[in-house]
Amino acid sequence: MSIGLLFPELLGTYGDGGNAVVLAQRLRWRGIGGDVVEVPAGDPIPRSCDIYLMGGGEDGPQTLAVRQLQSSGVLPRAVDHGAAVLAVCAGYQLLGREFLGPDGSPNAGLGLLDCATTRGRGPRRVGELVVDADPGLGLPTLTGYENHAGVTRLGPTAQPLGRVLVGHGNDAGQGTEGVVDGHVIGTYLHGPVLARNPALADQILEWVVGPLDPIDDSEVHALRTERIATARRSHPLTSRGLAGRRRPWPEPESRAGNGGASR
Amino acid sequence: MGDAERMGLPVRTRLAVLAGRTISEVSRRAGTGEGSAVGGKVTLALDPHALDLLAAGHEVALVSGTNGKTTTTRLLAAALATKAGVTSNSAGANLLSGLVSTLSRSEPSALAAFEVDEGLLPTVVEATRPAVVALLNLSRDQLDRIGEVRLHAEAWGRALGAAPDTTVVANIDDPLVAWAARTAKTVIWVGTGQRWRSDAAACPACGGRIVWTGDQDTAWSCTSCDFARPRPDLSLEGEDLVLTDGRRVPIRLQLPGWCNLANAAMATAAATVLGVDAAVAVRGMADVGTVAGRYAVVDVDGVNVRLLLAKNPAGWAETLRLIRPPPVPVVVGINSRVADGRDPSWLWDVPFEALRGRLVIATGERGRDLAVRLGYAEVEHRFVPGYRDAVRAAAASAIDLAANYTSFQDARTAFGRAGTVDA
Repeated sequence: MSIGLLFPELLGTYGDGGNAVVLAQRLRWRGIGGDVVEVPAGDPIPRSCDIYLMGGGEDGPQTLAVRQLQSSGVLPRAVDHGAAVLAVCAGYQLLGREFLGPDGSPNAGLGLLDCATTRGRGPRRVGELVVDADPGLGLPTLTGYENHAGVTRLGPTAQPLGRVLVGHGNDAGQGTEGVVDGHVIGTYLHGPVLARNPALADQILEWVVGPLDPIDDSEVHALRTERIATARRSHPLTSRGLAGRRRPWPEPESRAGNGGASR
Repeated sequence: MGDAERMGLPVRTRLAVLAGRTISEVSRRAGTGEGSAVGGKVTLALDPHALDLLAAGHEVALVSGTNGKTTTTRLLAAALATKAGVTSNSAGANLLSGLVSTLSRSEPSALAAFEVDEGLLPTVVEATRPAVVALLNLSRDQLDRIGEVRLHAEAWGRALGAAPDTTVVANIDDPLVAWAARTAKTVIWVGTGQRWRSDAAACPACGGRIVWTGDQDTAWSCTSCDFARPRPDLSLEGEDLVLTDGRRVPIRLQLPGWCNLANAAMATAAATVLGVDAAVAVRGMADVGTVAGRYAVVDVDGVNVRLLLAKNPAGWAETLRLIRPPPVPVVVGINSRVADGRDPSWLWDVPFEALRGRLVIATGERGRDLAVRLGYAEVEHRFVPGYRDAVRAAAASAIDLAANYTSFQDARTAFGRAGTVDA
């Protein structure tokens, strides 16, 4: 089992390297070996990773990263062969069809996800983000932190990761957050996202290794409960449901509390 | 420092200073803090040019950067005190109000050693026309303000390019600092051996890649343009400062660790610009034991607690090296207020794995985030809210406590009446 952490010095702004630590440890704690391969910019991207990770970064580094991904061509081929991808923030944006370059002009993305990112109006979208995961994923409430200027509009074939309960997410008026396409996930959630959402971490691992035994996540659940409650307290008016409509919370405490152990 | 000594100042400034000092005094007596910032704010509101006018007549040395400002300024003030009277914002009040307030209380001829917030450095350079500016380092600090690191370097460069009478002391092992200093007319390049490189992957000049090469990866250069590590004028080698003429000055500090040797090297270089011999400057620093509570050892309910401050990944990487070896337990406090940055994702950029082999007590408002991080680092730990309870839970007679900015203040407040064992 091999986890590729792509360009951590370019795309690792929000502690996103932690996603690799979380995946490797959750494998190890179940007696499964997992190697994290850090791929610095300029080095060849290994073809054989089971999971590829990318994190957040500023505009310049994002452009350097997409150039290298495009010239190597490894990532789309690996996805065709069943590899999983988790891409956060800038990494998410560059997986789409288009994103904004440092000079404000549109850059071609990798096109692995059916979405396009443009500059949003107003201030950066910064703060706690709470997401009701798409029912098809069978995941509990997702929690994290977002910090991005771009807004991401989903194309007709894109399936969102979930609906925004608190915060902004994709913020293109669709009420959605992230995109999932097969085993490729793009999201604005960081924190890092897999540290705060162990069920999502296990979902990605199970795509590769099959069913996993539960492990004790009580400490993470305490953190999740605290973060979700804090987000709801501090942003009661910015919370939104699908298509911007406000809607009642779906059984908040039980969902948050059951977290990732009940897989 | 009566009004007679301020006769050179315009009436408006003198009145503004008087009003500010009065407010400060009232604030101090009312017990609402040191009064420094509020007094300075009043003075600035009454006379927006107060800083320029108050700084005139002082020889000014400024210190800025992400980490080490307060300590370097303290060391610099100690070095300058070997020569003349010194005024300094020693409590870390590094905004305009703090500088104004400090100058309002200063002897007119005193040498001024000021730490300056990295975002305000251009303004302060323009207002105070400093003899010397020491640029320590620039690294990510508050994630919700990301993107500002390179912008700071750019603004520093512009301000220093417009200050030809200012000598810049620059840490050449931080590419962002070296880039900011390139515009200055006179630069003393100091090789500090800084180890934090995660914020210098992209070339600040062209966006290319910075690579580290040479003996033990000590040199760096851009792969796309000619930007590279400048040749050092002074270098820190082990615990010696090697001067331009080859002289080696041993640095003997009470403050621990490489980071403080680097701070001392930068402070020494700055002190030489104001006419203090390097060896004399270093000797003057030997008595500095604590800096605004940092490195102080306090007694908390019978436990000797050494207080350490770290605010961001670069600072934590150094602080983890200062912590005493296992099995000494450690309390780590993390908050995420505005002054800390609201987003503590950076906890995953800190090599907490270094704390394995001992008990770590996680506390502070984001202690649960830290507990999860320590769990994945396989560090034995517990989450205990409350600083005194956290110290108690460490169950040892002597421990280290490391905390980020507001958590450090909270801990000091919680330990308030505890006696300082070793200042």
